[in-house]
Amino acid sequence: MDTFLQQVINGLTAGSVYAVVALGYTMVYGIIQLINFAHGEVVMIGAMVAFTVINALAPAGLPPLAVVLIGTACAVPVCMLVGYSMERLAYRPLRGAPRLAPLITAIGVSIILQHLALMIWSRNVLAFPQIIASRTYFIAGAAITTVQIAILAICVGLMGGLALLVYRTRLGTAMRATAQNPQVAGLMGIDVNRVIAATFVIGAALGAVAGVLFGTYYGLAQYTMGSVLGLKAFSAAVLGGIGNIPGAMLGGVLLGLVEALGAGYIGDFTDLCQYGWLSGAIDACEGGGQFILAGSNYQDVFAFIVLILVLVFRPSGLLGERVGERA
Amino acid sequence: MNNKLSITLIAAALALTGCGEQKPPAKTEAPASSQTAAPPPAPEALEVKIGHVGPLTGGIAHLGKDNENGARLAVDEANAAGIKLDGKNVKFTLIAEDDQADPKVGTTVAQKLVDAKVNGVVGHLNSGVTIPASAVYNQAGIPMISGSATNPKLTEQGFKNVFRVVGRDDQQGPAIASYLAAEKKPKVVAVIDDATAYGEGIANEVEKTLKGAKIKVLPREKGTDKTTDWKAVLTKLRGRKPDAVFYGGMDATGGPLLKQGRELGIKAVFAFGDGACTDKMKELAGEAAEGLLCSQAGIPPQAASKNFLDAYKKKFNTDPILYSPFTYDATNLLIEAMKKANSSDPATYLPELQKISFTGATGPIEFDDKGDRKDAEITIFTMQGGKIEPLAVVKGGRTTPYEEFLKTMGGGK
Repeated sequence: MDTFLQQVINGLTAGSVYAVVALGYTMVYGIIQLINFAHGEVVMIGAMVAFTVINALAPAGLPPLAVVLIGTACAVPVCMLVGYSMERLAYRPLRGAPRLAPLITAIGVSIILQHLALMIWSRNVLAFPQIIASRTYFIAGAAITTVQIAILAICVGLMGGLALLVYRTRLGTAMRATAQNPQVAGLMGIDVNRVIAATFVIGAALGAVAGVLFGTYYGLAQYTMGSVLGLKAFSAAVLGGIGNIPGAMLGGVLLGLVEALGAGYIGDFTDLCQYGWLSGAIDACEGGGQFILAGSNYQDVFAFIVLILVLVFRPSGLLGERVGERA
Repeated sequence: MNNKLSITLIAAALALTGCGEQKPPAKTEAPASSQTAAPPPAPEALEVKIGHVGPLTGGIAHLGKDNENGARLAVDEANAAGIKLDGKNVKFTLIAEDDQADPKVGTTVAQKLVDAKVNGVVGHLNSGVTIPASAVYNQAGIPMISGSATNPKLTEQGFKNVFRVVGRDDQQGPAIASYLAAEKKPKVVAVIDDATAYGEGIANEVEKTLKGAKIKVLPREKGTDKTTDWKAVLTKLRGRKPDAVFYGGMDATGGPLLKQGRELGIKAVFAFGDGACTDKMKELAGEAAEGLLCSQAGIPPQAASKNFLDAYKKKFNTDPILYSPFTYDATNLLIEAMKKANSSDPATYLPELQKISFTGATGPIEFDDKGDRKDAEITIFTMQGGKIEPLAVVKGGRTTPYEEFLKTMGGGK
């Protein structure tokens, strides 16, 4: 039981980071129907910038929490700038083009950002300075660290804040209006370009925070970290119904859980020795041995299995029916 | 979302994964420069050229230079000793080349040495560079001895002229496993690997040795060489209460594994192979790295013979960094074989090299049929106060505490 609870805690932590990254995908898709594949790279740049700042400040003797906050405070504007320039330079000129063109551009932007990061931060795995002393608490045998609690709290806070922004402010109203119909929104006096740019910038800011959380949680950052993280978050967005904000949150958390539980238990389920009629036929089973078809190294595959299943059976995602409320 | 878009998305997602994993080619550094031009030979002296190759530019240039220093020291000592071959005074010349730790440059430089008609080669530093270069030397029949290439493949190619004075990767698994079994006496051990040739190879050796010592080994868990989230695997293992966890993989994945293991409250001993036996583990795993056990092929340079350490310090005004005792021995082996054969002709002295028995800065050296060093040492390290400190030396299945090993080395060459 404590193993199960532990996997759930692991899944929730990873899932809430996916959810925050997924918001960046879903907001942009909601408003201009573009899958911004470069969003994963924005997350990576957030982690890298924070790494540089924290590394520089760590020996200065400031309180650790302040150092991490300053690191985040530097990463967020940098990522906002990256998000804005990306929209202004790469996507706005293609706004009227067929939807494949911006999609391919997004992949191009992603490669460019990745290699820029390679040039700036080298190909090495960077050890994220571990200045926050992480304490472990045990709940019914399952361990949860202060960092995990902080990640859960920050992610819930960010999601709540975003929901408020979208549903309670003028900017949010403008975003939803633009999502429904850009032409009509423009006629109503909404500056559509500004609203779209704002969407990118907000998504990038969320991505920056997610990057810092990811770096602190796993203790490392590398120029390639954005691609797999980005694809998983994208799968989460699709799972929840791309374009739908609560959907991205739900999708992220669910995906984290599926991954953790999947990786934790797939080895047990695919152990052919526990199936009586098969175990006789396999030599490795003799004397309590095991013959495992797929082990926990298949962890990363779950996200993509989920993606394929959703696209095949429910392309609009779990919460994706109310197409009108896309932003 | 219609079906057509779905297909596009999957295709795009796949394309992006592909792109993400693409590794851009290695950075090219400044072009190779010949370090030593061969001086014109004295009239009646016989000139014997010994080539040394290692990376002298790039990220591990300091290790390449260290290797070169070892070879240079041996050459200078041989010149000072006034060795005669076939009645003629011999002048040894070291031709030092830069392979930039790049396999392609390595083979080019190897060809250059062959064209310069060197009598023997010491190098290269990296396994990945040494293996392709060894084919070039083999074709030309020039003996080569590497002081640092630990990949088993090097001597598995069937080349008669290829030797190494350092241990092999596949000797590490048994060494760390037998140390673990003898010193920590675990009842249940979990073995994890990163599904690469290196990680799986060393994990298999560890599992075999542990099972031979009647220790229960849990079913193998696997990650990948990019895994950063080990929590699912570790949570599963925690439920089975192992006393020790062995991981075959590199520090970039081993660091998070160790950190997350401690976060989950796993109290077991963690043991790693040389891929994760670096000071970087401290940065990656923080406090969790304390007490980690790990192994490296060879012996730490501080454990080389006192004569060598003093001579090195005197000549270069710095301490040896890593493999220079091995390149020093490799160079001396070439010279010794030439002396025994009374010839510097590769074809003539090669048989002497194969059956040589020599005590060098790293202890007694003999080669087996493949050209590997018999009873090569593997050193076990532990993480102490943020640094990798040697604990013991395993040689031919016997474990000697590091302090005692240092004493036995005092009387070396």
